[in-house]
Amino acid sequence: MGTRDCKHESAMATPCSGEAGITGDWRSARPVVDQSKCLAVKAGRPACFQCWAFCPEGVIKKEVGSEVDLTYCKGCGICVEVCPADAITMVPETEESA
Amino acid sequence: MATRILDLPAEEYMLPGNRACAGCGLGIGLRHILKAFDGKCIMAVPASCLTVLGGMYPSSSVLVPWMNVVFPSTAAAASGLVAGLKATGREDIPVLAMAGDGGTADIGIQALSGAAERNTNFIYICYDNEAYMNTGTQRSGMTPLGVRTTTTPVQGKQQPPKDMPRILEAHGVPYIAMTCPSFPTDLYDKVKKAIGIRGTRYLHMATPCPAGWQYNPKDTVEMGRLAVETGSVVLFEIEHGAFRLTSRSKKLAEQGELMPVREYMERQGRYKNLDEATIAAVQQWIDRRWEDYVRRDAESAQS
Amino acid sequence: MITEKKQRQGAKTSPKSRAKDEKPQSGNGRVAIITGNEAAAHAARLCRVQVVAAYPITPQSAVVENLSKFVESGELKAEFVTVESEHSALAVCIAASTVGARVFTATSANGLAYMCEQIHWAAGARLPIVMCCVNRAMAAPWNVLNDQQDSMSQRDAGWIQIHCRNNQEIFDTVVQAFKIAERVHVPVMVCYDGFLLSHTVMPVCLPRQEDVDRFLPPYTPHTLLDPADPRNLNQVTLADPRVNSEGVLCHGYMELRYLHQEALVGAREAIVAVDREFDQCFGRRWGGMVWGYRDEDADVCLVAAGSLTMEASTAVDMLRAEGIAAGVVGVRAYRPFPVEELIAALKKARLAVVFDKSLSYGYEGPICADLKAALFQSEAAPAVFGCIAGLGGRDVKARQLADAVRNALKQYDNGQRTAPPAWIDCRI
Repeated sequence: MGTRDCKHESAMATPCSGEAGITGDWRSARPVVDQSKCLAVKAGRPACFQCWAFCPEGVIKKEVGSEVDLTYCKGCGICVEVCPADAITMVPETEESA
Repeated sequence: MATRILDLPAEEYMLPGNRACAGCGLGIGLRHILKAFDGKCIMAVPASCLTVLGGMYPSSSVLVPWMNVVFPSTAAAASGLVAGLKATGREDIPVLAMAGDGGTADIGIQALSGAAERNTNFIYICYDNEAYMNTGTQRSGMTPLGVRTTTTPVQGKQQPPKDMPRILEAHGVPYIAMTCPSFPTDLYDKVKKAIGIRGTRYLHMATPCPAGWQYNPKDTVEMGRLAVETGSVVLFEIEHGAFRLTSRSKKLAEQGELMPVREYMERQGRYKNLDEATIAAVQQWIDRRWEDYVRRDAESAQS
Repeated sequence: MITEKKQRQGAKTSPKSRAKDEKPQSGNGRVAIITGNEAAAHAARLCRVQVVAAYPITPQSAVVENLSKFVESGELKAEFVTVESEHSALAVCIAASTVGARVFTATSANGLAYMCEQIHWAAGARLPIVMCCVNRAMAAPWNVLNDQQDSMSQRDAGWIQIHCRNNQEIFDTVVQAFKIAERVHVPVMVCYDGFLLSHTVMPVCLPRQEDVDRFLPPYTPHTLLDPADPRNLNQVTLADPRVNSEGVLCHGYMELRYLHQEALVGAREAIVAVDREFDQCFGRRWGGMVWGYRDEDADVCLVAAGSLTMEASTAVDMLRAEGIAAGVVGVRAYRPFPVEELIAALKKARLAVVFDKSLSYGYEGPICADLKAALFQSEAAPAVFGCIAGLGGRDVKARQLADAVRNALKQYDNGQRTAPPAWIDCRI
């Protein structure tokens, strides 16, 4: 089967997550959230959200108790740096965890 | 009333799993820019890091329509989008041109100047990572004094960067702003304000780049903050000619003290082993510019 | 291959009086005495172009000036973008076309060269842009006069290129060009000779708006940028095909180029069909890909493109008077190259003399080279001799063309089948 079936006449793309593949594969360390320290979790209502606001990948949701989407998280560690409660730590990726 | 982080919209228009580097400052910036537009705009993007972030055919990493354009013609292409949308009765769709520092201040400046002189109705955002990062960190007209790039490999750049906001100011456009993704609410509010103004609106987004500036990707946000603390980047806006310092830069002006630029430079590999004379020259350049900004801010406040 | 009746009627007269003989019937329109540049501007106006972006350059400037007058006076409802360069002119056209507007621009020589990367982009993006190239010599040294080096240098950019021989054909071809471009999704460059046509007045029939509307319906774009369906156009495309998120195998770069070539080759059919449809609407046709003058029984064919064919027609009359069975084969479409049409047109001739107003340095005239390549697949190929003529505005006279044919005939009689290009009136 050839490419003619895509019916594109020029390079015309449609949006999807993971355009560059499973970018979680790029990580050497993963962010792990200690929810008990998270200010929003402790407050029990929307609060802080620094990790969400500064994530360059958009893999953290603006939700109380949000986890990081490790499928696409590239492991930059910005969330660890911006968290005012030290609730996130980077844990090295090992072969088992991968 | 300034927006708080909590108030920023939850909707995302930049998709995860894109091709940008880990810790890319542009990724943070693009998210909040597109939030300000509610995802309703058409983009013109030249060859740049943003092209990489946008993805490769047949997939795209953004939920907004996007037209790739040749390197020098971002502002001209955006002019074409504006004209085409008007001619086809869709003038309500805002046009967002977004180019890097080289694409804006070097190869794209002619088209930008032409479009600004025509006061074309679009928002132009220069994301300034201070060198040609997409091609491997070559010097651009926006590279700061002293920075080592692959084309200033030994001595570092010998000239300070072009003052793009001032160049745009000379065109008399209605809105100019300097912002940084390390201050997402400053960025968001400025884009929102720009959307409400007609004519050419120019935003200059100082954008830290871990690969080109040679720092740990985790420090992107801090690097932008340090840039502002040291006055290397100054947050301001010029609305219909009225200059105003904003957010952290406004506070710094009130406090009257900047952090020495050395503390910002020492954190980045691109300034490694810089001689004292160059550091002093950078500090002098910053001080003179800062003095001018503070004076203009005070003058505007009086009038 | 269509032999022009009107051309033949003017056979015994000079090119100037031939133009007079060809005076168009006004039909339901009106006949105006106008320059080629004005003809192009009127055509764009009657095609209801929605966005015009152009930058002044001699000899094209009057196209821009006329269109800005139409827009400012309200005769044409369009956005006129007064860009700061030709590079931006085509950038505006590309973007406006991408969001669904019918667009037009015009340029010449260095302006065309300055557009170069945009010319490739417009074609690769498959946008139905129409651009007039008012043919002018390339610098250095500066020269504002006519030859065809500019458009020839963009031969391989993936546009359709059509050459015009008089002002009526300029008007008609611009109108046809939009229909062709919008049918095959390839931009069209309408080429006409600077000064010789751009600044020379001739009678031109300007049809009524409603008749042009009937011939050319509004542009329905094949791609549209819209926030409701966010597409990303002309991103980085890899060498190999790639699967999209729905699992559909999409093109690699090479497959897109194959489709582009397929469109250019297929454009032959559209060019001929649109010329026929134009004839049905307006009572004029221009031969589609190629045309001929006294060529049906011609033993010797003079091959050229653009206004030079008018001098060639006079030269043919002179040669016929001497008993040489000469004829003109006019190349109207240069890209796609009219391979089959030229083979057919030259099948009875023993000699073709090609007059190029441009040069592929280090080789020969591009039309001559392409013709030779085309004839390689012909079982009845004539000998082909090339001539370089009229560079940088050097006047070309019919008698010089006739002389060149006589010289070629001598060489042919001496057993030669081709030769390096002869330079007409080069006094070195």
